[in-house]
Amino acid sequence: MANKILKKEQLIPGQTSKLVIDAPHIAAKAKPGNFVILRVTEHGERIPLTIADTDTENGTITIVYLVLGKSTALLEELNEGDEILDLCGPLGKATQLHTGGTVICVGGGTGIAAMHHIAKGHHQAGNHVVAIIGARTKDLLLFEKELKEFCPEVLISTDDGSYGHHGLVTDLLKERLEKDDSVIEVVAVGPVPMMAAVSKTTEPFGTPTTVSLNSIMVDGVGMCGACRVTVGGETKFACVDGPEFDGHKVDFGELRQRLAAFSSLEKESFEHHCRCKCNDNK
Amino acid sequence: MTTSSKTKKTIAPRVPMPNQPAGERARNFKEVALGYTKEMAMQEASRCLHCKKPKCVQGCPVQVPIADFIAELVKGDVEKAYAVIKSTNSLPAVCGRVCPQEIQCEGACILNAKGQPIAIGRLERFVADEYMYMDACDLISAKPECPYIDEEKKVACIGSGPSSLTVAGYLASRGCKVTVFEALHEVGGVLVYGIPEFRLPKKDIVAKEVGALKDLQVDFVTNYVGGKTFSIEDLKEQGYKAIFVGVGAGLPRFLNIPGENFCGVFSANEYLTRVNLGRAYQFPDYDTPIIKGRKVTVYGGGNVAMDAARTAQRLGAETVHIVYRRTADAMPARHEEIEHAVEEGIILEVLANPIEFKGDEKGNLTSVTLQKMKMGEPDESGRCRPLPIEGETYELETDLAVIAVGTRPNPILLENEPDLKLNKWGYIETDEETNETSIPDVYAGGDIVTGAATVILAMGAGRKAAREIARRFGIED
Ligand SMILES: Cc1cc2nc3c(=O)[nH]c(=O)nc-3n(C[C@H](O)[C@H](O)[C@H](O)COP(=O)(O)OP(=O)(O)OC[C@H]3O[C@@H](n4cnc5c(N)ncnc54)[C@H](O)[C@@H]3O)c2cc1C
Ligand SMILES: Cc1cc2nc3c(=O)[nH]c(=O)nc-3n(C[C@H](O)[C@H](O)[C@H](O)COP(=O)(O)OP(=O)(O)OC[C@H]3O[C@@H](n4cnc5c(N)ncnc54)[C@H](O)[C@@H]3O)c2cc1C
Ligand code: SF4
Ligand code: FES
Repeated sequence: MANKILKKEQLIPGQTSKLVIDAPHIAAKAKPGNFVILRVTEHGERIPLTIADTDTENGTITIVYLVLGKSTALLEELNEGDEILDLCGPLGKATQLHTGGTVICVGGGTGIAAMHHIAKGHHQAGNHVVAIIGARTKDLLLFEKELKEFCPEVLISTDDGSYGHHGLVTDLLKERLEKDDSVIEVVAVGPVPMMAAVSKTTEPFGTPTTVSLNSIMVDGVGMCGACRVTVGGETKFACVDGPEFDGHKVDFGELRQRLAAFSSLEKESFEHHCRCKCNDNK
Repeated sequence: MTTSSKTKKTIAPRVPMPNQPAGERARNFKEVALGYTKEMAMQEASRCLHCKKPKCVQGCPVQVPIADFIAELVKGDVEKAYAVIKSTNSLPAVCGRVCPQEIQCEGACILNAKGQPIAIGRLERFVADEYMYMDACDLISAKPECPYIDEEKKVACIGSGPSSLTVAGYLASRGCKVTVFEALHEVGGVLVYGIPEFRLPKKDIVAKEVGALKDLQVDFVTNYVGGKTFSIEDLKEQGYKAIFVGVGAGLPRFLNIPGENFCGVFSANEYLTRVNLGRAYQFPDYDTPIIKGRKVTVYGGGNVAMDAARTAQRLGAETVHIVYRRTADAMPARHEEIEHAVEEGIILEVLANPIEFKGDEKGNLTSVTLQKMKMGEPDESGRCRPLPIEGETYELETDLAVIAVGTRPNPILLENEPDLKLNKWGYIETDEETNETSIPDVYAGGDIVTGAATVILAMGAGRKAAREIARRFGIED
């Protein structure tokens, strides 16, 4: 059956889960950097999620999501054997893979999952991949084991010092760039402030830096312009021109403001959802 | 309008269309025009002169035998009238509502010279609505029974707008196996995500017309993106012998002025898609949110601008201004829609051009700077050019701006199909006679060929391609 959830794993209970979904048509075409747009219910919103991994042999894709608001909460209510109502992809441009050097892939929070697929692509292209991953605390760290499968180095930082370096991913990145000039590219996926900080860190070194932007999307196929971001002074559509862009050219301040545009409405939607659920249970 | 004084014989005025009262409808999403009753339709039909060489038909891009269907209506035979319309138009309930009749059939009607033309669109709508519920096989094919579907005559349509739906209807009714692939989760193209519910009801009209195609064994595959989920080559490998590309015009244009990315500035496509496809007007029962806007400004003068403005009004805006750089009579929107908008309280801010959006420190839109314009001399195209009046600018408070200044070709399919030859504007180039593209057996039509146009022109293009496909299959000569 189409879009069936074959496997569900709660990576961080109640907060982050991983789904392996039966979607041979998407798995066959998906490349690192691509995402899908999905909808959980008839009344649901279309939301974008990165393809964290694919298995072309079994025809599956993997997604990892953070439960943020109503749509991801609805997704979290689904279990193994359930079907996702609408699943569309693979969307977005694939990661551009350069060869012959060291690529540092920086991931933060749920972004580590998205970064994982990109890092894997760089590894398969023959690069030496260094992963730098960070989270607020040890329990929130994802994909360490999966990254170790192909990354010779996995560097870790936590905000509270409960695991690895006590501090930010950018500390580790800076240290590394200072002593290693074989780095051909830095890739960053995670919260907007983190991607902005990584881009700022690499700028003095002149290291090409790619970020994967999570702007708000509606259709995801280049029709609405909701996902527009300013890159090098030009308006780009994250869903068709991206989601990966040159981090040194992105207007992160504008992106942050645009991401906040619907936050009060999204809160209303989430509360409405909770209220309705409570009423159902009565 | 009064009857011209030169004519001796006076012709009765048009039967007016009953509408929802303006004050009421400006606050709901129910259909504005309520439709004729049978008596009204027959009375209106009786005004027709039954011209020997009916001009109206020439004005119709799909050549509906208008005079013939009106003649049936005069007799009260609505069913026959329906069969006549369906013989060339597969979506009459849609066309009766959204076609720009005043520049097509009604514009060509001989009665224009003597008063008011026959209300052909309203009659078409009446007839189509009466027979919405009839068996699709009888009607679409205009043949007595359902066609036998030949699984070998496989045709794929990419995109599910009116051009593809026309191809599907035409070929399925002639025994071809048609599959329509759509990127979004709903079928219908602009008919579902663009044109609002109050002009074109989705469940009662669009879904029914699509349902009729399903009865003809047309398959609809949603969430499938041409150029991403599959390529043209993939379709050929799967045995599709003809492919029609009807992916629409897509990518919205912006004004390219400062402040355009402030929160609160939307493209019309985003605004309308949130409301129509996402049913944001029923938020929070539906999950897609929309910023409602208190002081709304809409930029552009076409149908899209009217739809966005009237939608904002219905969502509860205090004021809605349509900002247009020319005069009101130069607006390209359907006359009826401009009239309806004004009746609903929308303000036409003409001879004004936006030059900058302003916002607060949080990035929220607060106002727009407008440049006053005047009309200059006609240019080579014969159209007067709007010119800025130097130094005359003014501010308009606005917390929601909707930009409806047109679209560019969507790159998603085109970028991934490099063999598809494009014209200098980036639209698909086709053979004028057959609508075939530079790839053999791949056809294209609708907005992706012409740029943003109309439903009926998209249907006309679909029909032309379908005819050629049928001819090559040996079904038609
Ligand atoms: C290309 C792309 C890839 C993404 N990949 C992942 C991923 O792999 N894992 C993951 O957990 N998240 C990912 N996201 C973000 C994810 O889409 C949002 O977390 C999700 O839409 C939130 O929906 P919600 O209804 O649960 O929360 P909401 O209540 O709708 O929103 C919570 C907050 O999320 C942000 N947000 C809302 N809607 C969107 C949207 N459509 N796109 C982006 N941000 C939004 C807003 O800032 C909002 O305040 C990705 C986003 C993009 C654009
Ligand atoms: C708000 C608005 C109001 C309008 N009002 C009127 C009116 O009153 N009267 C009138 O005559 N015309 C009107 N128009 C114009 C009219 O709707 C269009 O000219 C017509 O719909 C074009 O039809 P089409 O078949 O070319 O494609 P569209 O209707 O544009 O449909 C194309 C479909 O293809 C899908 N698609 C795109 N890319 C892909 C892909 N790669 N793979 C799969 N699917 C894809 C899209 O999602 C879409 O569903 C209006 C347009 C808008 C936006
Ligand atoms: S041109 Fe006008 S009057 Fe003549 S047949 Fe057509 S609708 Fe009737
Ligand atoms: S999400 Fe609509 S254009 Fe990108």
